[in-house]
Amino acid sequence: MEKREFHVVADTGIHARPATLLVQAASKYSSDINLEYKGKSVNLKSIMGVMSLGVGQGADVTITAEGADEADAIAGIEETMKKEGLAE
Amino acid sequence: MVEMLKGIAASDGIAIAKAYMLIEPDMSFNKVTVEDSEGEVNRLADALSKATTELQAIREKAAESLGEEEAQVFDAHLMVLADPELVGSIESNVRDNKVNAEAALKEVTDMFISMFEGMEDNPYMQERAADIKDVTKRVMSHLLNVKLPNPSMINEEVIVVAHDLTPSDTAQLNRKYVKAFVTDIGGRTSHSAIMARSLEIPAIVGTKSITDTVVDGDMIIIDGLEGDVLVHPESSDVEKYNTKAQAFADQKAEWEKLKNEATVTADGKHIELAANIGTPKDLEGVKNNGGEAVGLYRTEFLYMDSPDFPTEDAQFEAYKAVLEGMNGKPVVVRTMDIGGDKELPYLTLPHEMNPFLGYRAIRICLAEPDMFRTQLRALLRASVFGPLRIMFPMIATLAEFRAAKALLLEEKAKLVSEGVAVSDEIQVGIMIEIPAAAVIADKFAKEVDFFSIGTNDLIQYTMASDRMNERVSYLYQPYNPSILRLIKNVIDASHAEGKWTGMCGEMAGDQTAVPLLMGLGLDEFSMSASSILKTRSLMKRLDTAKMTELAEKAINDCDTADEVVALVESYTK
Repeated sequence: MEKREFHVVADTGIHARPATLLVQAASKYSSDINLEYKGKSVNLKSIMGVMSLGVGQGADVTITAEGADEADAIAGIEETMKKEGLAE
Repeated sequence: MVEMLKGIAASDGIAIAKAYMLIEPDMSFNKVTVEDSEGEVNRLADALSKATTELQAIREKAAESLGEEEAQVFDAHLMVLADPELVGSIESNVRDNKVNAEAALKEVTDMFISMFEGMEDNPYMQERAADIKDVTKRVMSHLLNVKLPNPSMINEEVIVVAHDLTPSDTAQLNRKYVKAFVTDIGGRTSHSAIMARSLEIPAIVGTKSITDTVVDGDMIIIDGLEGDVLVHPESSDVEKYNTKAQAFADQKAEWEKLKNEATVTADGKHIELAANIGTPKDLEGVKNNGGEAVGLYRTEFLYMDSPDFPTEDAQFEAYKAVLEGMNGKPVVVRTMDIGGDKELPYLTLPHEMNPFLGYRAIRICLAEPDMFRTQLRALLRASVFGPLRIMFPMIATLAEFRAAKALLLEEKAKLVSEGVAVSDEIQVGIMIEIPAAAVIADKFAKEVDFFSIGTNDLIQYTMASDRMNERVSYLYQPYNPSILRLIKNVIDASHAEGKWTGMCGEMAGDQTAVPLLMGLGLDEFSMSASSILKTRSLMKRLDTAKMTELAEKAINDCDTADEVVALVESYTK
């Protein structure tokens, strides 16, 4: 299992367009990918799950991936996060 | 059999085409026990896949006809359809509870909808609830095998028939094919009517029963001049209306010649004919119809079309675009008029029993000055690009006007000290829509630069008659002598102080009211752009002295609105 922590810097948090981009990025991989925030874990391929977490600016979140392409998945998501200025 | 319905003529013109029913089918169903869960899961998968195909087609069509940005809303819908958690939950619900797919779909989506709607501090999420509702409706329609109207997919000339049209309905309509609207409810000032006038297509509203009378594909004729709808016309009717349509087109061509002329009465007096606009895009219509000014720029659309409060820069760009676009002609900008029937998703307003009498427009602005200051700064910065006139809406007392003007002057001083250029020629006025302000217009006239009379609200407040309520709509009487006296009071008060009065309500473009208003000495008439040339043509035929006589008689001798209408006819025939 691959795991990485992020600190959310986008001033809107993970809502709206950022959530859409993350879900699109995650959906490219076959691994099970989860987003954890405040002890709750949701499927990162589910737009409704991601939005229901209500991740705001300054939040610390953890993303885990498990499956055949787990390393690529984490790298891909990290790239999206940085490219879009969502988290560091 | 020919059937004829009468409604309110909301937008001029004649159209003959097939009816397109923009109404929702019956989507009721019963919750039943189903042992064959896999069969239900397959039905669900089938409905999901059909809904996806349909949405992709709609998305493509929308991108083509409305633009990529408008089409993105459908991407959000597609994402919901593909959501593994949502689909997974519905499938488990089918299996665990042994219910039909319809029941499982409703239960699961209702849960998500109420969860998102409950996020009151997050308007973005609340809007997503609407996406889920839309998507659910589409999947449900495939499960139930009923047809959902897809207005964006219209590909032949039609007349749209609906109970009422919402802004999101009209946004989806393909303007190339929609020849007219006809609705069950609404009045001349409802959204569908205003929209039809801005699209310059005929419309009839308030027919009460058009959706019960017509079925999809029926041939109908819309006479937007008279408010008549003919269903199943005979060939002789079609011929008659084709002739009438041609005559109307000829008349429009005649009006068209007045496009570049100034508005001058028969006795040589110049009157300013201005247009009401909602966005910088509307300037095209103003130019095409020979508008001499913008008499009302409704800035609330900037707020309503935005996911959050529009920034100072975004507002500045819009105001600058309008001032520059008008090329030195004056522009009256009305500051934010939210409240009443206009809501913002990101500004939570308390639910009120009487929103039109409640917390709205300047009342919100003075209570939340930060938001108001942003708008004022944007306006001040734009003031160097053309003759700007700032107008405060819903002013009831002098104290309100003074408070609003003080904020404006404070922001101006700040900008000047920051080295930002601000015009010294800005006129500052108020909208007269509250009878209290109309009555003491003489006091206001000493402090404002101008008045603009907003008749839609002035009439509803004076007559204590909700203009959205059809049962009391008979009280919406622009020609009632009481209204005319209030208007006279305002115009006279402004002239006594060397100021001017305009009008930006529906009444300014009303062909029966125009002679009266001319006679009362109104200086500026602001209306839907499509009414300008017709009004210019009328004014050219009217003599100011004679209209003054008419107005005096209407105010002093007439007892009722009907008497006034008869008097106007005797003077203008």
